[in-house]
Amino acid sequence: MRLTAKNWQGLALTAVLLGVAACLPLLTTAYWLTIGVTIALYTVLATSWALFSGPTHYISLATAAFFGVGTYTTGLGIEHLPYWVLPPLAGLIGAALAALVGLATLRLSGVYFVIFTLGLAEFIRQIITWGQTVSGTKGIYVLTSITEAHIYWQLLGLAGLVWLLGWLIGRSRLGFALRIIGDDEEVARHSGIHTARAKVLLFMVPGAFAAITGAVLAPRYVYIEPILAFTPMLSFQVVIMALLGGTGRLWGPVVGVIPFTFLWEGISASVPNQTTLLLGVAFLVIVYVLPRGFVGLIEDARARVNRAEGYA
Amino acid sequence: MRMVSPVLSLRGVTKRFGGLVAVNGMDFDVTEHEVLGLIGPNGSGKSTTLNLISGALMPSEGTISLRGAPITHLAAQDIARKGVARTFQLVRLLPSMTVLENVKAGAVFGHRRRWGTEANAQAQALMEQVGLAGRGHLKVGQLTYIDTKRVELARALAGDPKVLLLDEWLAGLNPTELEEGIALIRRLRDEGRTVILVEHVMDAIRSLCDRCVVMASGTKIAEGAVADVLADPEVIRAYLGDDDD
Ligand SMILES: Nc1ncnc2c1ncn2[C@@H]1O[C@H](COP(=O)(O)OP(=O)(O)O)[C@@H](O)[C@H]1O
Ligand SMILES: [Mg+2]
Repeated sequence: MRLTAKNWQGLALTAVLLGVAACLPLLTTAYWLTIGVTIALYTVLATSWALFSGPTHYISLATAAFFGVGTYTTGLGIEHLPYWVLPPLAGLIGAALAALVGLATLRLSGVYFVIFTLGLAEFIRQIITWGQTVSGTKGIYVLTSITEAHIYWQLLGLAGLVWLLGWLIGRSRLGFALRIIGDDEEVARHSGIHTARAKVLLFMVPGAFAAITGAVLAPRYVYIEPILAFTPMLSFQVVIMALLGGTGRLWGPVVGVIPFTFLWEGISASVPNQTTLLLGVAFLVIVYVLPRGFVGLIEDARARVNRAEGYA
Repeated sequence: MRMVSPVLSLRGVTKRFGGLVAVNGMDFDVTEHEVLGLIGPNGSGKSTTLNLISGALMPSEGTISLRGAPITHLAAQDIARKGVARTFQLVRLLPSMTVLENVKAGAVFGHRRRWGTEANAQAQALMEQVGLAGRGHLKVGQLTYIDTKRVELARALAGDPKVLLLDEWLAGLNPTELEEGIALIRRLRDEGRTVILVEHVMDAIRSLCDRCVVMASGTKIAEGAVADVLADPEVIRAYLGDDDD
């Protein structure tokens, strides 16, 4: 694999930014660390979401399902297994679940896929609630010595991993196949691309990462309940942040996550009862005003600067 | 005479859409290095026949085989990998990509798969062959109509298919472009490509095809050398009876 100077610049910049971000727990108060965890959390979720939904244009609302499954992997596994086994295990379970869901739905049109993925989180939540009713328990305690800073560092590591994987996929046959599928699935098929297989494979990426994220975050909740682990709000927020940043570039989602996190902090503090409504409004505004997200704005501005320099 | 085994053969291929029989018991062979014309009035089932061969549609009855191996019920991507490439009656390009990337799609995923510099070289070679040299960086939205057709042709050729299916590739071209287009397909023929050419332009059929199959209302009504087929009274009747043409 030959890397260009630009590749090295990108890799170096990413490593430096992650390194700087990793110093946050050493420098700030608990409040800022909490914000840092939120940003890192949504960066992992939105970036991995965009890896699949960006090129294929399938809007997945399954994030909460995978996240919840990951949370419960830690919740149920912590008594039997060492903690460090649980996030990778959750990743495997998430990927397997995504493969099943993908095989069942990705042959369908986009609309059915959206509905199915939305229903999935609710379905799994009901199963767990039923299981708890049968066994007479309510929630599970996850008591560990893991601190907020540990969680934050794990999430940063995951973000680095998502970027690396996304970058590798972008350079691979699979990445090229997905761009072709996103443009015209019929052409893709007649060019010899196994479209169903490519989509299922890629759908396993956000599935695995959302499950790992859930597993990593579980110790933070201390007490896990289905309603908390499978909240549909999570799925919608991930979609909105990814679209706000833009799915056309690997760095797009994080550009949406950071401002949205601060905006959301403000909204939840000042009008806590209107959050769902505002989320809906945010979605409409993004789709109509910023169809390519901040990435589109930035790239248009860059193109204008380049043209202006060209004339000078 | 030496027997040549066909590259592609259709036997009793039928396609029904509800009550409509769009293709009815089609039988024909395509031999290697041959340009076979598939002609007939509008709605006679030509595009449907190509869709059945390429796997866009599944036949209701009959068998299709590629070099003796049945491909009748394979999915489109498997048929493409085995060596059937096609263009579409209404041009279909990949709108978000450049000319080079469009052609590369064929080089990377077609019958013969390439990657990296090899795929780039193949795409460049084909762009040159179809007259797109130096335009690889353009977005396909910036192209003239004939150039979009060239891109589609180059994409289909880029995977080294055993059979190329062209669905009215010359339709909609102006007289100058038509001449260029005919010359381009003649070069494919001279290279020894195996082609099924669905076409309305009679000059093109006369100058490009070795043989012709004529369809009317889903059925084969004539097959043979171009001059003979076009003089066949039944063929003339089929064409004259079709007011759209
Ligand atoms: N997907 C389809 N569903 C229903 N009818 C179709 C479909 N495709 C083609 N047909 C019908 O089949 C007949 C043959 O169409 P087609 O193969 O496109 O003809 P040609 O290419 O020779 O003009 C027409 O009557 C057309 O309306
Ligand atoms: Mg047609």
